[in-house]
Amino acid sequence: MRCCGLEGARETLSDKIVIKATINGEEQEFLADQRDSLLEALRERLGIMGPKEGCNNGNCGACAVMMDGRLVNSCCVLAAEVEGCDIMTVEGMAPDGLHPLQQAFLEEAALQCGICTPGFLVSSKALLDKNPNPTEHEIRFWLSGNLCRCTGYDKIIRAVQSASAKMRG
Amino acid sequence: MVASKHYRVIGTRPIRHDGTDKVTGRAAYGADIRLTGMLYARVKRSPHAHAKIKKIDASKALALPGVKAVITAADFPEIPAGAMSFGEAGPQPMRYQIENYMANGKALYRGHAVAAVAAIDAHIAEDALDLIDVEYEVLPHVIDVREAMHEGAPILHEEMRTKDATAGPEGVPDRPTNIASHAQFKKGDIEKAFAEADVVIEREYTAQMFHQGYIEPHSATAYWNKDGQLTVWCSSQAPFPFRNQLSTLLKIPTQKVTVVPMEIGGGFGGKLYMYLEPLAALLSKKTGRPVKMTMTRDEVFEATGPTPGGYMRVKFGAKKDGTITAGQAYLAYEAGAFPGSPVGGGMRGIFAPYNFPNVQIDGYDVVVNRPKTAAYRAPGTPAGMFAGESLVNELARQLDMDPMDLRIKNAAHDGDEMPWGGNWGTIGNIQVMEAIKNHPHYKAELQGPNRGRGVALGYWGNAGMESSSSASINGDGTINLVLGSVDIGGSRPALAMMLAETVGVTAEDIKPRVVDTDSVGFNMFTAGSRTAFAGGWAAYELGIEIRKQMVARAAKIWECSVDDIEYTDDGIIKGPKDSEGKDRSFTFKELSGQLGRTGGTIDVSVNVQKSSVGVSFAGHICDLEVDPDTGKATVLRYTAIQDVGTAIHPSYVEGQIQGGVAQGIGMALSEEYFYNADGRMLNSSYLDYRMPTALDLPMIETVLIEVPNPGHPYGVRGVGEVPIVPPLAAVQAAMEEATGINFTEVPMSPRVVLEAMLKDED
Repeated sequence: MRCCGLEGARETLSDKIVIKATINGEEQEFLADQRDSLLEALRERLGIMGPKEGCNNGNCGACAVMMDGRLVNSCCVLAAEVEGCDIMTVEGMAPDGLHPLQQAFLEEAALQCGICTPGFLVSSKALLDKNPNPTEHEIRFWLSGNLCRCTGYDKIIRAVQSASAKMRG
Repeated sequence: MVASKHYRVIGTRPIRHDGTDKVTGRAAYGADIRLTGMLYARVKRSPHAHAKIKKIDASKALALPGVKAVITAADFPEIPAGAMSFGEAGPQPMRYQIENYMANGKALYRGHAVAAVAAIDAHIAEDALDLIDVEYEVLPHVIDVREAMHEGAPILHEEMRTKDATAGPEGVPDRPTNIASHAQFKKGDIEKAFAEADVVIEREYTAQMFHQGYIEPHSATAYWNKDGQLTVWCSSQAPFPFRNQLSTLLKIPTQKVTVVPMEIGGGFGGKLYMYLEPLAALLSKKTGRPVKMTMTRDEVFEATGPTPGGYMRVKFGAKKDGTITAGQAYLAYEAGAFPGSPVGGGMRGIFAPYNFPNVQIDGYDVVVNRPKTAAYRAPGTPAGMFAGESLVNELARQLDMDPMDLRIKNAAHDGDEMPWGGNWGTIGNIQVMEAIKNHPHYKAELQGPNRGRGVALGYWGNAGMESSSSASINGDGTINLVLGSVDIGGSRPALAMMLAETVGVTAEDIKPRVVDTDSVGFNMFTAGSRTAFAGGWAAYELGIEIRKQMVARAAKIWECSVDDIEYTDDGIIKGPKDSEGKDRSFTFKELSGQLGRTGGTIDVSVNVQKSSVGVSFAGHICDLEVDPDTGKATVLRYTAIQDVGTAIHPSYVEGQIQGGVAQGIGMALSEEYFYNADGRMLNSSYLDYRMPTALDLPMIETVLIEVPNPGHPYGVRGVGEVPIVPPLAAVQAAMEEATGINFTEVPMSPRVVLEAMLKDED
């Protein structure tokens, strides 16, 4: 393998790597480019299209997923980093039926175009996992890493409040 | 016409039909399509604001393993003759549209496409961009509208002459200009009115360029099949116009082009125009493979169509009692690199809520070295009404009048003459004004230092145009509703609800589906707040036809005249008594089960073109607090009042209003295109182009006033656009109260506010 010059770099970078990870509860083994982000690997290699690319630099949160229980923007994680990790996307939020957050987003009309919705749902679940009874300010603070351009956030905040109340019973 | 105003379905809040796919990650947006053998393409863009393209050499890129094709302007078919509408200013020469897809000889803004490359994966396509050598001769550029209007300014288009509606018989000077057009509304005698006024007040205002900021970047995938059939999958507000434009541009018959609308991740007007589609089509033709193109976020900022910035000057003449006798406005908007800014929206909106006897409004469409502007929610109106409404508030302060009393005194009522001629129909203008004045928020005391309250109004005209739709009844009484307008903010449930209301079934009995351009008749774009209006008309007419045909089937079964059958609003088909004197009736479901043996499925289609559009008025109240150390304003409380005609699905009407408010607050406080001296946008990322986050906004209270549009069977007015208009001037007035400073520019970003406060202290 050559180690300098563009042609050499190209060959090196195009080398595929094998990654083993648990994706939405299932063990998966897949090939990825060394320079693939987790978002690219999920979408292009695994066909998991729930995480969306809005900015590809960590500002919009549309690609948010859980990585070993931690909320991450999958555009800012390299696929190579998830070896052995447990990844949850919006598709894995509720194996049976709908998660209370998903149900609340429907009932509260908390989505319009829906492109940011997968990210908001994953982020909201991460919040409620940590803090089952957040205040409005805590919800707004936590979700400030997710951009929505349709709703003005009002109905999203209300949906999280409603799901939080239901989940606490 | 359905007589009852006590609706069964309209006004309820069913769960949207497409909701489950959107909360489970299943909904397929522009970039979610994958086809066998698909290539990925990227665009090489100009790093200069204005430059001659002397040479493009793609040989190194083509030599990179995995690269399949490169296209430049030379690959486009010869430019078809004629004009095509691709902006707010009516039809423009085809050349402008095509040169916005791909620069031809000259790059007119930073980000202007100069070449595109297709490769076997996205990484290789990106690598290849750096291997395309472009030789430029950098030219002087101009990005400010006033500078662009000066003599001696760098000229973008040598052949441009002003289309001047006020030009006399001698015409316009025969020399190059950047002023593409000048339009004028005029009534009465403003000079006389100013001379006779007790008070004359005049101000200059400026607005920066703003982007729609939809979270989904543009994406288009094209496959040019060996039989000449072109299919394009894209995220678009205008699949039928895209189909027709591709047919014209690529010189192929319309039936050979299919546009498949993917789910759309926001548009707000910015996805009415093609950017990638023609490039993907040409690359597919060249490679024989499907080609997918998706923009990065910085490409979305630099190379799609934001809304123009502009310079506005407004003047009022008034009597001491608050009667405004004259209103004059001068609006000059930055069209971007090609003509077609929505200055007309600003001209119509600026004095729309008022009945001034003397008016003159001049609007200028000016090209500058910025991206070609596009529609953005009530296009052109937020900047114009920022200026007009700010000056109304200033006049109220000068006359020591309540700002709503001043507005109510000068309000336009049903039948009054509009500033641009013609007369208002049934409008909710005065109802909105009075609702503001009577709202608890307006009456509540606002306490504390550095706090202020402001009010402002908004207007938008809405659109009608053409919609086609079809419906078929299933044996169990459910209905498939086929739509050709993309659902951008909840039109599927709204249109399904209007069909359900007409036929007498539930919203859940209807399955609305948005289909491709082969599968339903022509639909104009999803824009202009027209979809619920025109699509709703189509749904209503489908329902009326279904009722008629159901009655005919019942008549066949009962062997009676259709005149003896009643179709109730609950969907019960009541016949004459039978020979034994017993009542006979079918529910909709029962009769649906009989269709097979009475002549087959009922399958109806309609096309509507209605001009009986209901306009929208809105008014907002804003409380905010300014941090004196940083200049940052925090919105404390916000109320949006709007005449919505009839709220079909109130949740999505509220959602439209709340979303519009958030975007308007972004324009007022934090968003802007920030350029350096080289004509380069310095903040082309979401981190630096500062859109409001959840933390920046309070809950947004909405008040829905229903003044039904008499030109629609269910009283529908467009609701989506007007809510973006009032926030700018409402925030401006609140800022003035909080700081004592009269701001005349948007955004009133922390930098602007802090600088003004420091200057004020000096």
